[in-house]
Amino acid sequence: MKKLDEFLKANAKDELLSWDAHKKAMKVFRLGCRHVEEAALALNILPARYKRNQKSITTALQRKLFQSKSAVIGCGGLGGYIIEELARLGIGTIKAIDPDIFEEHNLNRQILCKVSDLGKPKAKVAKTRVKTVNPAVKIISLVKAFSRENGPELLEGMDVVVDALDSIPTRIELAECCAKLNIPLVHGTIGGWYGQITTQFPGDNTIQIIYQNCKDSKGLEIKLGNPSFTPAIIASLQVAEVCKLLTGQGTPLRKKMLFINLLDMEVDQIEIGQTISC
Amino acid sequence: MQVTIKLFATLRQGRFDVDTLNLPPKTKVTDVIQQIGVPHKEVTLIFINGRHSDFSSELHEGDILALFPPVGGG
Repeated sequence: MKKLDEFLKANAKDELLSWDAHKKAMKVFRLGCRHVEEAALALNILPARYKRNQKSITTALQRKLFQSKSAVIGCGGLGGYIIEELARLGIGTIKAIDPDIFEEHNLNRQILCKVSDLGKPKAKVAKTRVKTVNPAVKIISLVKAFSRENGPELLEGMDVVVDALDSIPTRIELAECCAKLNIPLVHGTIGGWYGQITTQFPGDNTIQIIYQNCKDSKGLEIKLGNPSFTPAIIASLQVAEVCKLLTGQGTPLRKKMLFINLLDMEVDQIEIGQTISC
Repeated sequence: MQVTIKLFATLRQGRFDVDTLNLPPKTKVTDVIQQIGVPHKEVTLIFINGRHSDFSSELHEGDILALFPPVGGG
């Protein structure tokens, strides 16, 4: 691959590789988009699509993101935005898991859902979208429901898991599975004007604590539905947490939960620890 | 004793955001929840003075009790 390296160095301008040069390298060396991106990043050359990342994420960290694997459980309201943002961010491998198909009532908020996609599996549409946005990303789409039984197989080898589920009992199973596999879990959930996020590290049991009084109950969303703006906000916060975990930057929301009330524009950060009986 | 109650999200509907209640000594969280008419299953997180607590926690003069409902959509 010495010739590829020489080509990339010769065609990079200010350590940036344009999409035209990227495509040319793919054609000349008969390589996939992903291989060229990998080779460029190894040379500290940044594909130009990430130029606006660069001030926040160095080329070395961009390479780290490219080498990372993230699973998104649920491709609906939260999951759609999460997958879109992870792909644009440059996460190298994304596993998108959802058993459902798009329905008309998803159109108000689910970014992946177009009229032409009604009836199609959400995970498959996610794959098509990612290929369009960032062909360097390896997207694995699974039209499956996450469960305690298939969890270890689905999540094995992931660096981070993102919770975009719509069920409290399944969410608790996901948290338990991530804990067993030693994988950090970025939790997000929405209901009406409200949403919350936290990041659970292995051994923290944060999700179990949050839902300890309502393991089998339905959340607010049953009464309130979900408008278009709530998933976009919570999903973006989740992706910021993923980015921090994978690049080692900043302070994650560990043992803390952000509760967001868009109706009154209030944001509360609360500590989640061992329950205290006074 | 006086205890301040802070309700979050839908728990406010038809009730209040923040209120101070006069309560007898040794009142527990579960008693307050009953008094303000919130079904137990609508409360998932309980904090007293910012510390994570539970239904059986006892309240004291000047405490701030915060209650959150479960959110589960995605």
